[in-house]
Amino acid sequence: MRWLRAAAVALLGALGLARGAGRRERVVQPGEPAPRSELVVAALLLGAAACAVAFCVFYATDSLGHQTQLLGLSLGGALALLSAALIVTGKRLVVEEELEEDYPEPESPDEQEQVTAIVRESARPLTRKRLLAGAAGVAGTALGAALITPALSLGPALDTESLYDAPWRRGTRLVGERGTPYRAAGIETGTFYTAFPEGADPEELGSPVVVVRLDPAALALPAERARWAPDGIVAYSKVCTHAGCAVAIYRKPLFAPAEPRPALVCPCHYSTFDPAAGGKVLFGPAGRALPQLPLEIDATGQLRAAGNFSGPVGPSFWGVRTRRPRST
Amino acid sequence: MIRRAIRFLDQRSGSAPLLRKSLRYLFPDHWSFLLGEVALYAFIVLVATGVYLTFFFDPSTAKEVYHGPYAPLRGFHMSHAYKSVLDISFTVKAGLLIRQTHHWAADVFVAAIVVHLLRIFFTGAYRKPRELTYVIGVLMLFITLLEGYLGYSMADDLLSGMGLAIGYSVALSIPLLGANLALLIWGHPFPGDPSFWSRMYVAHVFILPVVIGTLMFLHLALVASRHHTQFRRQARQTERRLVGVPAFPAQAPRSLGLLAAVAAVLFLLGGLVQINPVWQWGPYTPSLGTNGAQPDWYLGWLIGGMRLVPHFDVTLGKYTLIPNPFWGGALFPLSVLVALVSWPWLERRLTGDHAAHNVLDRPRDAPTRTAIGAGFFTWVLLVFVAGSADRVTVAFGLSYPAQIWVFRVLVVVAPIVVFLLVRRVCRELHQAELIERDRERAEAEARQAAGARAPRPA
Amino acid sequence: MTLSRLRARALGRPGRRVIWALAATVALGGGVAEAQPPIGIVRPAHEQGQPLSLLGRELYAGNCASCHGIDGRGVGSLAPQRGVGAVKGLGPSLRGVGALAADFYLRTGRMPLERSGKQASRQGPQFNEREIEALVAYVASLGQGPPVPQPHPERGSVAAGLHLFTEHCAGCHQVAGEGGVLTGARVPLVKHSSPAQIAEAVRIGPFLMPRFSRRQISDRQLDSIIAYVRLADAPVDRGGWGIGHLGPIPEGMVTWLIAVVLLVGVCVLLGRRLS
Repeated sequence: MRWLRAAAVALLGALGLARGAGRRERVVQPGEPAPRSELVVAALLLGAAACAVAFCVFYATDSLGHQTQLLGLSLGGALALLSAALIVTGKRLVVEEELEEDYPEPESPDEQEQVTAIVRESARPLTRKRLLAGAAGVAGTALGAALITPALSLGPALDTESLYDAPWRRGTRLVGERGTPYRAAGIETGTFYTAFPEGADPEELGSPVVVVRLDPAALALPAERARWAPDGIVAYSKVCTHAGCAVAIYRKPLFAPAEPRPALVCPCHYSTFDPAAGGKVLFGPAGRALPQLPLEIDATGQLRAAGNFSGPVGPSFWGVRTRRPRST
Repeated sequence: MIRRAIRFLDQRSGSAPLLRKSLRYLFPDHWSFLLGEVALYAFIVLVATGVYLTFFFDPSTAKEVYHGPYAPLRGFHMSHAYKSVLDISFTVKAGLLIRQTHHWAADVFVAAIVVHLLRIFFTGAYRKPRELTYVIGVLMLFITLLEGYLGYSMADDLLSGMGLAIGYSVALSIPLLGANLALLIWGHPFPGDPSFWSRMYVAHVFILPVVIGTLMFLHLALVASRHHTQFRRQARQTERRLVGVPAFPAQAPRSLGLLAAVAAVLFLLGGLVQINPVWQWGPYTPSLGTNGAQPDWYLGWLIGGMRLVPHFDVTLGKYTLIPNPFWGGALFPLSVLVALVSWPWLERRLTGDHAAHNVLDRPRDAPTRTAIGAGFFTWVLLVFVAGSADRVTVAFGLSYPAQIWVFRVLVVVAPIVVFLLVRRVCRELHQAELIERDRERAEAEARQAAGARAPRPA
Repeated sequence: MTLSRLRARALGRPGRRVIWALAATVALGGGVAEAQPPIGIVRPAHEQGQPLSLLGRELYAGNCASCHGIDGRGVGSLAPQRGVGAVKGLGPSLRGVGALAADFYLRTGRMPLERSGKQASRQGPQFNEREIEALVAYVASLGQGPPVPQPHPERGSVAAGLHLFTEHCAGCHQVAGEGGVLTGARVPLVKHSSPAQIAEAVRIGPFLMPRFSRRQISDRQLDSIIAYVRLADAPVDRGGWGIGHLGPIPEGMVTWLIAVVLLVGVCVLLGRRLS
């Protein structure tokens, strides 16, 4: 052990690093040299350098293919080798001192006292403390409110009427994505169609509707909607009343006697709606029926809205059911 | 050389005492103390890669027609935002590597925070005098969730659009103020005002990172000022006395090594494992949806929460008070946040222990805390797992509605069972240790007695 | 492996057992069989020598008639209703479904089904090539119906296909064709299906899937959809390992099972120090 330490001192001395070590007490405890580990570290560092160079080469060369993979491998490899070098350094090369010290004092009562005194004594000359505190409070609140007020420009926070907007009105034609009107005769059973109001922005939540044709005998719509489904064609908002995703699934049985009944399903949380029963919720978290769009067939056989939806479109909010949608 | 540099610095900043103290700051010895560092380093990678991405990303919803190198999308109308993410992925050299590394770093950052939080919780490291450090940490976790959500949402692909719709519904569902709040944030009913995109962008690349960075600085400053906690492994380690290795030289190469390791893992994943291939999802419009849409893993517990709630809105006659998404999307995370933040004070109430603690508990040393933590964690974890029930159906054929019902029961029953079980196990372990100690003492005494009577030959 | 296949295996490979041929004859003579699930595949005795038309008829009688009716008119409801069990119907009519449907259900192994009303899942065909040909021809002869489609995905446009697929198919089949779920069914992957099978499924609408006619999706558009699905078979995975093209769920698994495990490993490696 002693000769090892002597050797270490000799080595460090030879490297010129131990100068002055004899003159005053050491701060860092002496460690034992590990020349082989030093070689390992050096090799790892050179490896890291090589990988880093490779990264630059891969960056510059377009013809290799899989460029992202090569770049990731080389950069990741360089970092991994660097990490390995540092870990070996930490475990083999640097001195491992085990020191102890006291935890900081849990508190400084004197200083606490001083701070309290400064605050207290500074306020002593004041005679109307309550009044001043109250006035300052009022000023602070008012100023705070004033500073927050411009945030109202962010959106129509005080007027939430726009949440009831839907671009449908009596006579609006149902058109496809490219603007071609849907004809009632073209609507077949067993499938679904996505329709938009003619001339409106298709990206508004109130725009898309899903249209399906059901057996008129199987319809069980609420009494007041008896005329909303000419020839068994029904239309519902394509936006789920739960979380606003597109109701992109039409479940229809191939062999009705043995399979689940037709349903509109949202793929986000699997809310399941009954198109035959006015969009009633069959399963899943939606708390409100899918809004139904009343339909009519015009003289030329094209599908038109016979009014606006049965309820507000999209996810629910406080008081959502109190109003019918507003046509825009 | 070194001395001259230090003298230069000290003469101009007076920082030599601070430097000396920092270099000799003591790190107690346990691998689990490095988990927080993993999170810190993932954040560094996030900032570095994120800055690079801002040079190419265009947060605009204005539409254009795609003519880029990815053939299946040619001719699609898409926003500048989505187009610029496609360009980062296909035309910017090394862009896809950086983008994927950024996304992996986000996933790993949150995961590291969670693992770190579990360690802190189950060892009682949050106790006085470290409650503030802990609370700041929990806040950082929740702000990070929002930060990650915004990053996922800005790309304007099919998945991010569906995620935004869900976020909008959660905002709308907040009782009384939801509609006002949602319109304030989005500026217009969904999909929102064009300026919503720049709002998300500035929040994602500036406001929230600065907030997280500031909290992180405070977190670390508080850790340093109260020093690390420690496990008691030697007699000299006490509530007043800390044993560890100094930051320099012993700890520095290890921490730097860990930084390099974190970066290495993230860049290797970024290069080799594909994450969020937005070109495969296509652009979003509100009339489109896909099966299997999910948020990033760290919001999986919210989709689980939203899927488990049975179908009802709280109504007063025809007047809707609380729409359904509120329960799973807002109240659930909020109650988890409140429970986590208030726990140190709650525990103090329960145990009456107001003392400061520098020595950590092992989980078995505090059976009730460990059991409550395990039950709570089980609760959140089950809701999280329920969020992927649809893919379980695809993979194993179990009926989806049946699974939902099983989970609805499990989230109520399992935490209680886990609580009772874990408390029992902890107590048994503790008891076993006491028995072991008694046995050793008895054996030692017996040996002593035997030795006194008939000394064994050497 | 499904129950029926297990049993089929236990009872011996294709067409070895006379008993089953006997059963077939019984079924032929007996009209609608009991409301029992078909057990295994019923094959006539000297299958090799039989002309296709006869083979098709016998296979149909032994394996299909119990649910689809001996005359192919389907079994809508069992008469007389005995009031026991909730069997409302066993199988749809096959008149007019044509070669298209028979080809789809037999080549994807969906038929015969163990039990009526159950979702048929895709598997290896339960009949051999000659048997399928015979059955397809027989079913096609039951009524006027569409032939097996012959799509030309090379004429389609991948971009148009992606667009159509997202609008009509992605809600169930997932945008990258990885399959999915809806309440009441598990949605199969569309990848690794042959172009003809995709075309057939679109026109039939098996189980709970909508059926799309030529008026809704033209043959040309169908070619594009198939072109896109073929791309989805081998997607552009520029980012590396595709981990299932599902997004966040596999990504979360990689995060926890690879990245976190690796990094905690590094922490443990680094943390072991003082003795």
